[in-house]
Amino acid sequence: MAINWFKYSAPSTFYGLAGKLIPWFAWPAAILFGIGFYIGFFVAPTDAVQSEAYRIIFIHVPASILSMFIYLIMAGYAALGLIFKTRLSAMMASALAPTGALFAFISLWTGALWGKPMWGAWWVWDARLTSELILLFLYLGFIALQASIEDPRRADRASALLAIIGSVNVPIIYYSVQWWNTLHQGSTIKFSGTSMHVAMQQSMFIMLVACWLYAIAIALARVRSIILERESNTQWVKEVRE
Amino acid sequence: MNRLSLISLLWLVIRRDLLLAMRRRADVLTTLIFFVMVVSLFPLGVGPEAEMLRKMAGGVLWVAALLSSMLSLPRMFAADHLDGTLEQMMLAPQSLTVMVLGKITAHWMLSGLPLVLIAPVLGLQFDMPVAAILTLMLALLLGTPVLSMIGAVGAALTLGLRGGGVLVSLLVLPLTIPVLIFGAGAVEAVNSGLDAVSNFALLGAFLLFALVFTPFVAAQALRISME
Repeated sequence: MAINWFKYSAPSTFYGLAGKLIPWFAWPAAILFGIGFYIGFFVAPTDAVQSEAYRIIFIHVPASILSMFIYLIMAGYAALGLIFKTRLSAMMASALAPTGALFAFISLWTGALWGKPMWGAWWVWDARLTSELILLFLYLGFIALQASIEDPRRADRASALLAIIGSVNVPIIYYSVQWWNTLHQGSTIKFSGTSMHVAMQQSMFIMLVACWLYAIAIALARVRSIILERESNTQWVKEVRE
Repeated sequence: MNRLSLISLLWLVIRRDLLLAMRRRADVLTTLIFFVMVVSLFPLGVGPEAEMLRKMAGGVLWVAALLSSMLSLPRMFAADHLDGTLEQMMLAPQSLTVMVLGKITAHWMLSGLPLVLIAPVLGLQFDMPVAAILTLMLALLLGTPVLSMIGAVGAALTLGLRGGGVLVSLLVLPLTIPVLIFGAGAVEAVNSGLDAVSNFALLGAFLLFALVFTPFVAAQALRISME
């Protein structure tokens, strides 16, 4: 059976598809958030060293992972849009940016809340904190550039170039900041077994999946608005509105 | 058609930009004065203790250099954009990348090089030892071209936009952080009796990396902005 892979690269067809997909991501996200919070707050045992304060990792770690991952996805969409001149890819990139920035912000905020009881300071100039802050700056730059260009075509292409430059720069920034200073604890989850209790691990994993689904659902919802805005002068949008 | 070799094209663009700048010297001087002023504000803000000033001198001078190079970025393409020269450059059969490299070089000679040359005087204000001053100069010499190159991409992307000046800083400053870290790190290393070779090596690596990619990327950014 021949499948037309490009059918849904047209904003008009993708608009409908996205609308149908959103509940499939939004509801599981809501349910998994519920389960994750339950396990995180009531099932997972109290940590011997960090007592109750460690529970913030159930939101902190997924938010950090997603903030970095979304930047790569965003840069990937931006590159697709720049290379193949597909409008939808650029729209996806701009739909992902606010979610990525939000996760970066949550990660910094929860990190500060955790840092106060653990390190005795809201903020320390540690490598990971600093690079997460810079990541937030990169997101804000992307959003600011997109917002200040009126012509959507130029806005898409200019911010796509910026996202690609940013993604090339991210490893350089990360390592330079790491050599500069380091205090943050190393990764707890390693591929060769972990040093974590099973319930903690489960809760973190469930929360990660929940955040992931939430990000997809919200990006799809946002891209639908962007499509409507950009295509507002076309016939099919007028039909949708009625 | 008169064939222009790449080197002579590069030289032509650099000479033209320098000539234009010499006709309007005030623009070059304002950047330099801004640099001196920002650096001189720090002792007023944090207090005149020589011990502390010596410790923070490298970082302060680097941050000031970063800010003043941001200040001059919007000028890199703006004038040529306004009078249509840029359009002619893009229509020319010669490589836009090389022309952009020429503009970057001229921009560095006008905004980066003066900072390198005035840095020792400001270093003395901060009571820096001679070894630290020499390190700072070498680090600035390696680092400021990178600032101009990354900045060129930002300037090209924000060409002709409202509030371009602030926007370009917002885009470019996060990308220049590695240069700041290793540039100021070199001075810090010398101050604490270490060798600054690794910092210089990394700054040199950034310089080469930026030299290879940024003129091309900035040329692409110009094409996007001029469409």
